[in-house]
Amino acid sequence: MAYKHSYFHAVFWQNLKRNRLAMAGGFVVGLLFVVSVLAPLLVPYDPNGINAWQVLSPPSWQHWFGTDELGRDVLSRVIYGARISLKVGFVAVGIAVAIGTLVGLVSGYYSGIIDTALMRFVDIMLCFPAFFLILAVIAIREPSIWNIMIVIGLTGWMGVARLVRAETLSIREMDYIMAARCIGCSNLRIIFRHILPNAISPVLVAATLGVAGAILTESALSFLGIGVLPPTPSWGNILTSGKDYIEFAWWLSLFPGLAILVTVLAYNLLGEGIRDALDPRVKR
Amino acid sequence: MTTYLAKRIIMLIPLMIGISLISFSVIHLAPGEPVEMQVAMNPKVSKESRERLRKLYGLDKPLHEQYFSWVGKLARFDLGRSFSSDSRPVVEKIKERLPVTLSLNIIALLLEFGLAIPIGIMAATHRDSWLDKGLTIFVFIGFAVPTFWLALLLMYFFGVKLNWLPISGLHTLGSESYGTLHYLWDMAKHLVMPIMVASFGSLAGLSRYMRSSMLNVIGQDYITTARAKGLSERVVIYKHALRNALLPLITLLGFSIPGLIGGSVIFESIYSIPGMGQLFYQSVMSRDYPVVMGILVIGAFLTLIGNLIADVCYAVADPRIRHG
Repeated sequence: MAYKHSYFHAVFWQNLKRNRLAMAGGFVVGLLFVVSVLAPLLVPYDPNGINAWQVLSPPSWQHWFGTDELGRDVLSRVIYGARISLKVGFVAVGIAVAIGTLVGLVSGYYSGIIDTALMRFVDIMLCFPAFFLILAVIAIREPSIWNIMIVIGLTGWMGVARLVRAETLSIREMDYIMAARCIGCSNLRIIFRHILPNAISPVLVAATLGVAGAILTESALSFLGIGVLPPTPSWGNILTSGKDYIEFAWWLSLFPGLAILVTVLAYNLLGEGIRDALDPRVKR
Repeated sequence: MTTYLAKRIIMLIPLMIGISLISFSVIHLAPGEPVEMQVAMNPKVSKESRERLRKLYGLDKPLHEQYFSWVGKLARFDLGRSFSSDSRPVVEKIKERLPVTLSLNIIALLLEFGLAIPIGIMAATHRDSWLDKGLTIFVFIGFAVPTFWLALLLMYFFGVKLNWLPISGLHTLGSESYGTLHYLWDMAKHLVMPIMVASFGSLAGLSRYMRSSMLNVIGQDYITTARAKGLSERVVIYKHALRNALLPLITLLGFSIPGLIGGSVIFESIYSIPGMGQLFYQSVMSRDYPVVMGILVIGAFLTLIGNLIADVCYAVADPRIRHG
């Protein structure tokens, strides 16, 4: 068993390493981690340092990405924005994956009425335009980074639940589950010890793509003024001033948008790469 | 077919109940009461009038009673009155906004499908060509571009830099006095950017979906048979393969509705288009709960109906579903 396990990992890594786009995505994701952690050391200026003499100045050697309407350095703000995106992406997806996995496992393992009820609930949640639901809850509960993460998580678990349920349904019929039951394993032990580890790989793909989605949603919310509130810099709320000053300051709109584009692209490429590497049917 | 339809319609009932329950509870997540919001604006409101307000909105009753009275009204298309100063019925407010959003989204949807189907076919039939590779790049970028950023960029280029297109609203001020053709031309110019933004995001995904669906069908035995009996490639692709490859797209049509409606918040508020998305955004910002609740429910019901229509279309198109 142990041998097989490591063999699987080796093949996975080999497949992933061969995929140049996925590796590029992974590199950017790693870079963003480093930038977020080291942000205070990397920024050329204080991201909240107001400078009345340098309002809306275009990109230059002093300010690579220009300055905003309060004279703050856009590069520094974009670097700090990476922290917010990372945090929102990971916490929101963590919540979504935890709920989705639990619902999927329970639904697939117990089947019957529990399964029907849970899956109908999934159908109901999927009927709501997710963005409407998120907007409504956040506006009611006060916009804050924590509320955003929780709400994006609470509205994003349905896909994971369906994936895990499908996996669980097929794993449940395997001989080793029967064997586990024969030696007297409890339901909980079977679910978490024997089914979960084998059902988790598609979740990895969904989670990676989910981080990208959460970052997009957060930026849209912050852009609309109900996400991360200024003065805390986030890519979305820098773009809000980008919109207000679109006639005079293109750099306010260009750079944060590019940051979002590159980040989301990187997570998507990595996620697709993981999917291909996990799928033995993909031809090389 | 009738049995299938009846089954599907009966299945709608529990979903509708669930939707109403969730919409109702979302609003009651609010700290304090909706009345507090109105009262907070005006410090002169006395305790008695606060009680009167509570009674007016039925907030003095227990939660389950509030829910049943709300659902009872919902069944009669009564969504209550808006909290805003005009205090008009919510249904009326939504009714004047819905057509704008629906027609915008339908145009965007037609554009998407009109472009995605040929792109998908081309990419599938010319696999690994420059077109196929170009599509892959386009798909990844399409998934990663934030729609509101795209809206900003378009606004900058076509609105500010080139000054070709108007950047907000549906009409030019005073366009009522224009002739019919001029009036429509003016509106069309206002709609170009919003429709581009609305259709761009899903265009990428849809094209790729069409491509993989087409590739899947081309690998089937009946396509090999069609080729083996000497049919021309054109007949094989457009007659035998295309019909079957289009089937899964019907389901996708149903799935794309909530995304489209949700996305309308963004482009409608950027381009100041008086649709349902803008109304929702404004109501959320001013905590106009009856309107928020009403739009949530109507948005979800629209999705439900869209899914039903898609499923029925699928059943009409594919006998395997109807009889299976």
